[in-house]
Amino acid sequence: MTAPAVTFCDRCGDSLTQGDHASCTAARRLEPPRYCPQCRRRMKVQVVPTGWTATCVEHGDTHS
Amino acid sequence: MPEIIDRARAQVLADGAGLDEAGVLEVLRLPDDDLPELLQLAHDVRMRWCGPEVEVEGIVSLKTGGCPEDCHFCSQSGLFTSPVRAVWLDIPALVEAARQTAATGATEFCIVAAVRGPDQRLMDQMREGVKAIREAVDIQVAASLGMLTQAQVDELVEMGVHRYNHNLETCRSFFPNVVSTHSWEERFSTLEMVRASGMEVCCGGILGLGETIEQRAEFAGQLAQLDPHEVPLNFLNPRPGTPLGDRAVVDGKDALRAIAAFRLALPKTILRYAGGREITLGDLGTRDGLLGGINAVIVGNYLTTLGRPATADLDLLAELKMPVKALSATL
Repeated sequence: MTAPAVTFCDRCGDSLTQGDHASCTAARRLEPPRYCPQCRRRMKVQVVPTGWTATCVEHGDTHS
Repeated sequence: MPEIIDRARAQVLADGAGLDEAGVLEVLRLPDDDLPELLQLAHDVRMRWCGPEVEVEGIVSLKTGGCPEDCHFCSQSGLFTSPVRAVWLDIPALVEAARQTAATGATEFCIVAAVRGPDQRLMDQMREGVKAIREAVDIQVAASLGMLTQAQVDELVEMGVHRYNHNLETCRSFFPNVVSTHSWEERFSTLEMVRASGMEVCCGGILGLGETIEQRAEFAGQLAQLDPHEVPLNFLNPRPGTPLGDRAVVDGKDALRAIAAFRLALPKTILRYAGGREITLGDLGTRDGLLGGINAVIVGNYLTTLGRPATADLDLLAELKMPVKALSATL
């Protein structure tokens, strides 16, 4: 089974092949993802004290 | 030695009487060279009037995003192009979050909702959630649900909510620059109802919204007049898509000066590290603040952003020989 294609920045939602996402990568250390990296849909994100869950309506859940 | 430090030592440390707005402003204007001495004094004040214990709290968002208000710092406003989507936490997940918070040694669990004020659906969810937590987890439940009616205040008391958070966010004179959909006075009236109800008042704000040093001192003075049980101190974490998304974070030394100044204005209050400390102060600054007036922390994640792991803060408290306040001490 191959890993899903990661096409979009999960912080800003822009294409990973365009622009510099170094600041996004740095910010993500203290933020959950907001965009699905496969389809760039905004995800429903639930943060709790010990973790987070991000849900894409098309690609399902991701957990911390 | 600066005269204001001598005066604060005599007035605040010896007598427990907080500095007024003018005194706080003098403290905020102290040069960097005086910062170590200032932090030591603030720490001495905290130890003398609050003791060595640190109150640990976890917070969770029951209802995230989609808020009708326009607080310019907040990624949960439905009026900005923030990536934060609206989502509700279900009751089993709420109880589990409380359980995990209690496992850290925390005595406080604050349930937060991004609303102007609670509607019936939210109050029903609160009733069910608080009941489920109280049955399953040994922890004090606090709430932060925006502006309340008297009937809602009474209902929260009856549910067993022991503390209510409602931040004034900034000083009265600067507030209209930060929020246009409601007033500082509307927030204040909720706080008055909460105090009269017997619930503990938790009220703080965010530094770095664009307020001047004078307005920072004004805010400390206004909080001192309110005399809340707890003051959570946040530092702006600029959120993408919000009107303050491009603001610079507060300088670390300014943040430490503010912590000490707020402690000298509020010598007997629980002064809690809240959001933004990670990016403003980092690990070293977190330690400096705990040795400069802070006596409470939010552990783990915040509402939409992540914090240091709870273990990192708990290890630091152990290293500093600051015991975590036990639940028995809060009842």
